[in-house]
Amino acid sequence: MAQRTATIKTPFENALARRRQLRKLWLVFLLFPAIAILLTFVFLPMASAILYSVYEWDGLVRGEFIGLGNFQKVLLDPRNNQFLINAFFNNVKVFIALMLVQNGLALILALFLAREPKGYRFYQIAFFLPVILSTVIIGFQWKLFLNPIFGLVNTLLRSVGLGDWAMPWLGLPETALGAMILVNAWHWVGFPTLVFLAAIHRIPKDLIEAARLDGASEWMIARDIIWPLMAPAVTIIVVLTFIGSFNWFEIPYIMGGLEGSPAYSTDMLGLLFYRTAFGSVSAGNSDFGTGSALAVLIFIFIFTFSTIATRYLTSREVELS
Amino acid sequence: MSTLNKKSGDLGTWLMHIFLGVNAVIMLYPIIMMALSSFKTNQEIFSSPFSLPKSFSFDNFAIIWSQTNVPRYFINSTIVTGLSVLVLLVVGTMAAYALSRYKFKGNIMISLFFLSGLMLPLRLAIIPLFIQLKALGLVDNLLGLICIYTAMSLPATVFIMTGFLRSLPSELEDSARMDGASEFRIMVEIMVPLITPAMVIAGIYNAVPIWNDFFFPLIFIQSPEWKTLAQGLTAFFGEYSINYGVLYAGLTLAALPIMLVFIVQSRRFIAGMTAGAIK
Repeated sequence: MAQRTATIKTPFENALARRRQLRKLWLVFLLFPAIAILLTFVFLPMASAILYSVYEWDGLVRGEFIGLGNFQKVLLDPRNNQFLINAFFNNVKVFIALMLVQNGLALILALFLAREPKGYRFYQIAFFLPVILSTVIIGFQWKLFLNPIFGLVNTLLRSVGLGDWAMPWLGLPETALGAMILVNAWHWVGFPTLVFLAAIHRIPKDLIEAARLDGASEWMIARDIIWPLMAPAVTIIVVLTFIGSFNWFEIPYIMGGLEGSPAYSTDMLGLLFYRTAFGSVSAGNSDFGTGSALAVLIFIFIFTFSTIATRYLTSREVELS
Repeated sequence: MSTLNKKSGDLGTWLMHIFLGVNAVIMLYPIIMMALSSFKTNQEIFSSPFSLPKSFSFDNFAIIWSQTNVPRYFINSTIVTGLSVLVLLVVGTMAAYALSRYKFKGNIMISLFFLSGLMLPLRLAIIPLFIQLKALGLVDNLLGLICIYTAMSLPATVFIMTGFLRSLPSELEDSARMDGASEFRIMVEIMVPLITPAMVIAGIYNAVPIWNDFFFPLIFIQSPEWKTLAQGLTAFFGEYSINYGVLYAGLTLAALPIMLVFIVQSRRFIAGMTAGAIK
């Protein structure tokens, strides 16, 4: 090696070395900005969140190292953990309800649309239209529609003789969460519909036609051919719904407020995290320590379950050979 | 497939049409009602909620234009979304270009680094992010939002763009290199024009959630003059809480631009927004 550097390089070797140098610089130029931005604004704060959770905090000032003290406070202190348990089970309800209502409906819509009925393009646009709108618009719009006195929903019920059904949907603990879940389903149903539809379209058409010629019913085709072959799309939608349900924040914040009104029936982990971190009536002063601990716990939970779900769901996917 | 379904008289087909039709009405009717109500006075909304407005008066819109901050929010959202998507596409495409067109040591490592960024929910790191941006003087500053949006959308952008760039053949690149073109010119003049459709898809994929986002402004923006549209609507709702016509007009105005673009460009929009979920 030493010998080699001592020898005089030929002009060709020099040019080659310069080229290599230049190529390295070029690659650094291409990659550096993206890596720097991602490190600064995603990886650094994510790592800090873990670090922050083991310290005591006084406002914006970091105090002493207290180990798992913040986690203890979140999980074991009865003043906190009753909120945690309540919010967690509300998130579970949201996930189950969205799987059934939103994704179930999406599956039916996709199976119908896959047969390319008349008005196919129109239906696609109609179902997808709410998806592009901001949750803020959707939330406020439905809050106006659900107004107990003049809202369209109750007015409509009264005008068709179902006046008994008219009620303050967002004001009752029994109906508020359900109403919000339906609003969310209305907002998002177009998304899983079109993801499922794209997956069905990728199934070779002759496969379905052959089954149909053999006398298979539409139900058998859907159950035995389409359903197993669209498994990858189902995996993605289940995982996205799971992550979305446990990060649910905007709709309950706008329609029920930061305290999960009425009576914490629409409280969610996202709202609880916000209250703990930035302070509120029920959670007291802003506390970055317990807030960070809660964030870390939510992250671990979502990460673990979506990994397990992905593993399990991927294992049932079949490949067309 | 459709040729096999031509027996359109049967009961199943009819049920399918009714099901799809009813659903389309459920999806569209609320949006139409929102738009129609924005032309009504408070009194009309109470007395005849379902009928067409008596006259298409623009009074509610005039109030929004002259007496609220909504126009300002519009400008802020445009600046934030526009600049974030611009930086994101330039920086993301550069990184994707390096990862997809060159073999070098560390390529796989760096690809995995971007991929892992896909799984980090930045919302949960909001506390450190707040302290960090405060130290940089970026709280209550549109630039702070642009940094956050750019960073959190980069992994998906790199992912989408790498996929497209990998699919390009290498012949063009090789022959240009033989002719002595610089790597920079090869990228800008030959490769980038070939992937503009992909950039449109990646742009829509990111622009829609950024335009609609309300969580990050909620935490990082306090002054009315820097609020974004989605966030500003909450302030506006507090202010006009009893003037329902104005509220509906505000919602309609906020929904209108993105809806118009969607209706004209629905194919690209659907492809763009589902880009992350369809392999």
